[in-house]
Amino acid sequence: MKPEPRGSGRRAGDDYSVGRETAGTEGAIAMATAAITAERENYLNQEYGIKSWLLTVDHKRIALLYLLSITFFFFIGGFFALLIRLELLTPAGDLVQADTYNKLFTMHGQVMIFFFLIPSIPAVLGNFLVPLMIGARDLAFPRINLLSWYLYIIAGIMMLHCMLTGGVDTGWTFYTPFSTAFSNTKVIEAGLAIFVSGFSSILTGLNFVVTIHRMRAPGMTWNRLPLFIWAHYATSIIQLLGTPVIAVTLVLVVLERAFHLGIFDPTRGGDPILFQHLFWFYSHPAVYIMILPSMGVVTEIVPCFTRKRIFGYKFVAMSSIGIAVLGFLVWAHHMFVAGISLYAALIFSMLSYLVAVPSAIKVFNWTATMYKGSITFATPMLYAFGFIGLFLMGGLTGLFLAALGIDVHVTDTYFVVAHFHYIMVGGAVMGYLGGMHFWWPKISGRMYPEALGKLAALLVFVGFNLTFFPQFILGYLGMPRRYWQYPPEFQVLNVLSTAGSTVLAVGYVLPMLYFLWSMRYGKIAPANPWGAAGLEWTTTSPPPTFNFDHTPVVDWEAYDYENIPAPEEARVAG
Amino acid sequence: MPDSPIAVEHHNPELRHHFADMEQQREASSLGMWLFLATEVMFFGGMFCAYLIYRYWYFPDFAAASKSLDITLGTVNTAVLICSSLTVVLAVRAAQLGKRHEQVVYLALTLVLGLAFLGIKGIEWTSKFREHHIPGASFHFEGAVPGHPDHPIDQQHAQIFFSLYFAMTGMHALHMVIGVGIFSYLLYHAWKGRYTPEYHTPLENSGLYWHFVDIIWIYLFPLLYLIDRKK
Repeated sequence: MKPEPRGSGRRAGDDYSVGRETAGTEGAIAMATAAITAERENYLNQEYGIKSWLLTVDHKRIALLYLLSITFFFFIGGFFALLIRLELLTPAGDLVQADTYNKLFTMHGQVMIFFFLIPSIPAVLGNFLVPLMIGARDLAFPRINLLSWYLYIIAGIMMLHCMLTGGVDTGWTFYTPFSTAFSNTKVIEAGLAIFVSGFSSILTGLNFVVTIHRMRAPGMTWNRLPLFIWAHYATSIIQLLGTPVIAVTLVLVVLERAFHLGIFDPTRGGDPILFQHLFWFYSHPAVYIMILPSMGVVTEIVPCFTRKRIFGYKFVAMSSIGIAVLGFLVWAHHMFVAGISLYAALIFSMLSYLVAVPSAIKVFNWTATMYKGSITFATPMLYAFGFIGLFLMGGLTGLFLAALGIDVHVTDTYFVVAHFHYIMVGGAVMGYLGGMHFWWPKISGRMYPEALGKLAALLVFVGFNLTFFPQFILGYLGMPRRYWQYPPEFQVLNVLSTAGSTVLAVGYVLPMLYFLWSMRYGKIAPANPWGAAGLEWTTTSPPPTFNFDHTPVVDWEAYDYENIPAPEEARVAG
Repeated sequence: MPDSPIAVEHHNPELRHHFADMEQQREASSLGMWLFLATEVMFFGGMFCAYLIYRYWYFPDFAAASKSLDITLGTVNTAVLICSSLTVVLAVRAAQLGKRHEQVVYLALTLVLGLAFLGIKGIEWTSKFREHHIPGASFHFEGAVPGHPDHPIDQQHAQIFFSLYFAMTGMHALHMVIGVGIFSYLLYHAWKGRYTPEYHTPLENSGLYWHFVDIIWIYLFPLLYLIDRKK
């Protein structure tokens, strides 16, 4: 990598120091800057009209397109979740029929995983921030970026059509031979929808890897990259190497259903366990596609609101890569009771324990960063705290499940359901919401109402724990997952869980409402409201179409909070 | 597309606004293509993995089923594809040297060879269809394990071989069809003189894609046709 000076580099350096001073000056000057900022041409007001959005190649606009689309699917998936929780309010199967219930949890899983969680942080925050953070004008392939959004939309329409014309009931896992030989629902359509959405995911990952390799500003060396970038780099590697495997697996399932190939059919000498191996080869690393970007977000938030350099930069960076690599070697821990050999199970169990090492490094380093820092409890920081706590719970119960003996006891119970929701909702969604709050001033140019923000963060945390903690106990007591009725002795815990899910729903709707409100009525955001490090805060809020007036030249280390003044208390507490 | 605020000296019309120079643009495209090929390796890897497992389990049946494939047509097709890889390289070379006429000729040759491969593949598939070797209800495979005439092969296991055969050669052929589309596009633009010694990245990257599809076939041929050809 040879960063050669581009454009007028020296002046760019000066811009940065100006930006830094602005963050710390008196309110009046900040207001004046804000006024100038508001009138400036930016990516939002440069062009108007539906065509300027649907044909845009600006990574920031595409990020917003993604934001709208994934929010839509998030609420569809959430609607299914609420129906599931309502059905489980009573022990009898009374709200929906068993068949319908099977479809509800299947489509809840498919929508949430493939249409919300996988694209969430990378396609929205990553799309918006990767070029800004490394000082580039855009991603390496802007048109491919737009193509990836269109593929996502096509996949989304296919999925919606599948749902509206009968849905699918295989569970999000598509296990054979049920999916290939027995299910009489729309397996082919759902499989193809996910196949197409996989292309969208691959293209996003490919764009990020090339951008991070080839588009960094002069002086932005690998060891000066924000850790958000490292996390996205690791995520992209998984997207690139994992997604094609589930793509071909789904193609084989579709071919088997449509043209009667026998590859996964045990009555014809095929092997359903092979399907599980191929499926989990992607779908386990997919969990890291969801959680790594979230870790990247938390790694940006924690130093900013503790006013300290991140503890152990290189360890945090390398732990992202470590998680990506080890994550590929643990897939068979989903199959301990599926009839794999004991020796294979032992090795996969041990490797699964190993993933805990880089994950723990991150948790320890965030905590060590906070040690003796001057912590501000702003909304993004509340989400970061929530993330660390919930991820810890999810991660540690993951170790229970990696242990062969305990896994046999709790396989396919609510213990597993609770565990992966702690990672994927408690972890990934907490990080996503934290990141949305942290960068909302940059994205929209407006501040959200801080008090409501804190309230929502609290509601999400309380609602989440109320929903999912009882499920650990339910699972340990033996309640299996994927049943629409249960013995009456499990009712109290199920009622708690359903009650929690309504609180959680309020916590999720609230930010959407005040974000929309703030776009018109929120306070104008300065360039750097949090006094945060990072190139994205040196340009105006919202940024101009080409991100920077001059290509920045970086001559400082990442997270140099010693040299950045904190913003006035009022703005953060406000 | 609005131009950048930074004026770039001697602005090549093929330089996209967000790159600093042609070199950066070329390197980015090339890396992107290699990464894409890595995803392709993983895509085919899933099927190769399934193939290896079943070949290990059902070797005699795989060997017998493999013998029913037409080795002459398979060999000819291998030669056709290798030649097409050569013509692609020559087309890229012609672009580097700025020889438009040669570029067009080699690209056209590549197209012809690609279509020839697909045609021969079509003939092979048709005969398989006639012989009822297509997996499904009407599947029927007669034969004995090579070297053991009194040992009939397992119909179901032969069916798995043909499931894999059609999945793998079918997916490969789909890549060829896409390749033919790409090379038609390149041929048109080469004819118009778009690719110069300064800018021929699309040619290079499409060439990489074509070589990749070629290499997949180089693996498919022995794995599917040459399992056990001993008399």
